[in-house]
Amino acid sequence: MRKTRVGVALLASLAIVAASCGDDDETKGTEAPAGSDAPDITDAPEETTAPDVTTTPTDTTGGDMDYMWTPNADLVAGAEGEVNIVAWPGYIEEAWTTPFTEMTGCAVNVKLGATSDEMVQLMQSGEYDGVSASGDATNRLMAGGEVVEIDLAEFSSYEDIFDGLKDKPWNSLDGKPMGIPHGRGANVMFFNTEAFPEAPDSWGAMWEAGSVAEGAISVYDSPIYIADAALWLMATQPDLGITNPYALDQAQFDAAIALLESQKGLASQYWADYVVQANSMVDGTVLAGTTWQVVANFAQSEGALVDTVKPKEGATGWSDTWMLSSQASNPNCMKLWMDWISSPWANAQATEYFGEAPSNAKGCALTADPDHCAKYHAEEEDYWTDVWYWTTATEECLDGRTDVTCVPYTEWVNAWNALRA
Amino acid sequence: MTTAERVGRASGPSQPFRNLNRFFRRHPRAGLFSLLTPPVAWLLFVYLASLAMLVVAALYTLDPDSQKPTSDLTTANITDALGDINVWSLFGKTVLTAVSVTLICALVALPTCFFIAKIAPRWVRRGLLVSMLLPLWAGYMVKAYAWRAMVSPAGNRFAAAGRGGGGFLQSVLGWTPGYGRTAVVIALVYLWLPYMILPIYAGLDRLPTSLLDAAGDLGARPWRTFRSVILPLLLPSVAAGSIFTFSLTLGDYILPRLLVDGKERVMFGELINATLGGPNLPLAAAYTLFPLVMIVLYLLAMKRAGAFDNL
Repeated sequence: MRKTRVGVALLASLAIVAASCGDDDETKGTEAPAGSDAPDITDAPEETTAPDVTTTPTDTTGGDMDYMWTPNADLVAGAEGEVNIVAWPGYIEEAWTTPFTEMTGCAVNVKLGATSDEMVQLMQSGEYDGVSASGDATNRLMAGGEVVEIDLAEFSSYEDIFDGLKDKPWNSLDGKPMGIPHGRGANVMFFNTEAFPEAPDSWGAMWEAGSVAEGAISVYDSPIYIADAALWLMATQPDLGITNPYALDQAQFDAAIALLESQKGLASQYWADYVVQANSMVDGTVLAGTTWQVVANFAQSEGALVDTVKPKEGATGWSDTWMLSSQASNPNCMKLWMDWISSPWANAQATEYFGEAPSNAKGCALTADPDHCAKYHAEEEDYWTDVWYWTTATEECLDGRTDVTCVPYTEWVNAWNALRA
Repeated sequence: MTTAERVGRASGPSQPFRNLNRFFRRHPRAGLFSLLTPPVAWLLFVYLASLAMLVVAALYTLDPDSQKPTSDLTTANITDALGDINVWSLFGKTVLTAVSVTLICALVALPTCFFIAKIAPRWVRRGLLVSMLLPLWAGYMVKAYAWRAMVSPAGNRFAAAGRGGGGFLQSVLGWTPGYGRTAVVIALVYLWLPYMILPIYAGLDRLPTSLLDAAGDLGARPWRTFRSVILPLLLPSVAAGSIFTFSLTLGDYILPRLLVDGKERVMFGELINATLGGPNLPLAAAYTLFPLVMIVLYLLAMKRAGAFDNL
């Protein structure tokens, strides 16, 4: 039922796009009947703005599918039959686990993480084989010996990964690769399209009173959100001298906390459970806030009147890495998974579903939306200059200052707890 | 059925089992011992040992870089936890919530159970009791998300089509507490009520109806009968039920996340969960000492009230 409805809506939206683009009289004639077949014209726009999240491989091609990946025969020979992975919501979905399990015999069990901190804690338990970790988790995982170096010879997909993502401080240690980049994105701002007839271009509604969304702001409930406050101060209070939202000395840190304290009056929700946030978007009880594209997509598919924007002040963001646990009980299946999820087809599926830029250069040709890579700026390094990837703050300032010490992340956690108490 | 099986049955237990039977008949204490050892071992190692580990974990030091606990012992976590006024205030609010939920559960359960046990015709009694316990058949998370939908506030012109009318409470009763502590208390009363109903019903069921008749014959009005006859006899049952409602409420941290929208922390478990996810395991372990001590004190108090004679 659901699938056919989405299929029809997709067809209708394609027809509308084609009709609006096609100038030729000949094409218009053939497009019109398809458009009139559409069930309800008011349904179509919401489906066109949302990347179609339920699309499965069979929808686009049907029959035998070329998944563009050959599993490493040695690893398959040692496959353990299952793999237990800590992952962000939306990273591991049936559409791309089913072919993986068929090809390798590894069943995939997912434990969803709501924040990087939670993921670190789960990995410390030693019960999982691997993780899709953001930059603020990877540093701690590497420092704690939770993850191990990978042997590139075992990963056929690695060579197709964008060079701009390889050998970064958050995915390598002393020049040795500690995982495979998955995708990157920005923490975007969502807004209710009825409340904001004109799309906002600034984070202002999140921090200043007087907007229509005052008292209906949705905030991400994690200490790493302190960086979002620092980012706003970076743009609005240059006197503080913040040049990197993860490198805050005590004075800068205190200013960020004070700002967050004042934000409490504007906020109606601190979310860690993405279902809860999507639900509030649908009910219209939150009108603006910080979110992930996948949450907005999910809410839109339920009819929520929301859209997203990357404001002009820039944004915090993530660059995620698949890592192998040092205590993995299913290392072969985990390595196979890491290779599979980084391969062109699977990487395109997963990153398009989540709404982020793929890491596999060949993946850009395989997304359901041919413009996906352009929309998410996968190949434009310039776009990422004002996206501050989640990083773990350390006493040694990450912006290179040596005359002061910075506030380490453990203090961020304490400050966040005090703020929320 | 094969020949061998028929032969086996005809000749009774085979030789080794017959010896075992004889051994246990001659040594009754050995039988008791072998029956009790597994559960006692379970209690000792799984329950008490993990509690002990919790206390020890509170003494660990956190490595600032990897955020892993190291085995250097310190009392800093515990003194930090005890010295934080915010922690005490949150814990106070949590205990208050647990007490409110327990009182409301008792107030609802007493008349309900009295009706079921003493007034309702015998043939509807069982049906009523089953319907009171029916919520236990659904999963906790299902009920938690359902309550989120129920208390959803209304009148929002920014909602999706068809979703502006608010949740069930608003659209049917015309009133909703909205997201907040009140919603949490209501939902917790709903969740834990069966645990109060069961012991009180059992207590009332045991209470001879002749006692009520006798009180009436001696001229006691209903309120006096309730105060002087029923309540004293039922107190142990209420105490037994309150152990469930109090301790389950004290430990709950999922409902607040769904029904308060994270705007403020209303339950102590949220603080423990957030600190554990910090990840700061030693400090989280130090925080758990608060409810741990509270529960021990509560159990001792309820033991005096005779709760354990009724479990």
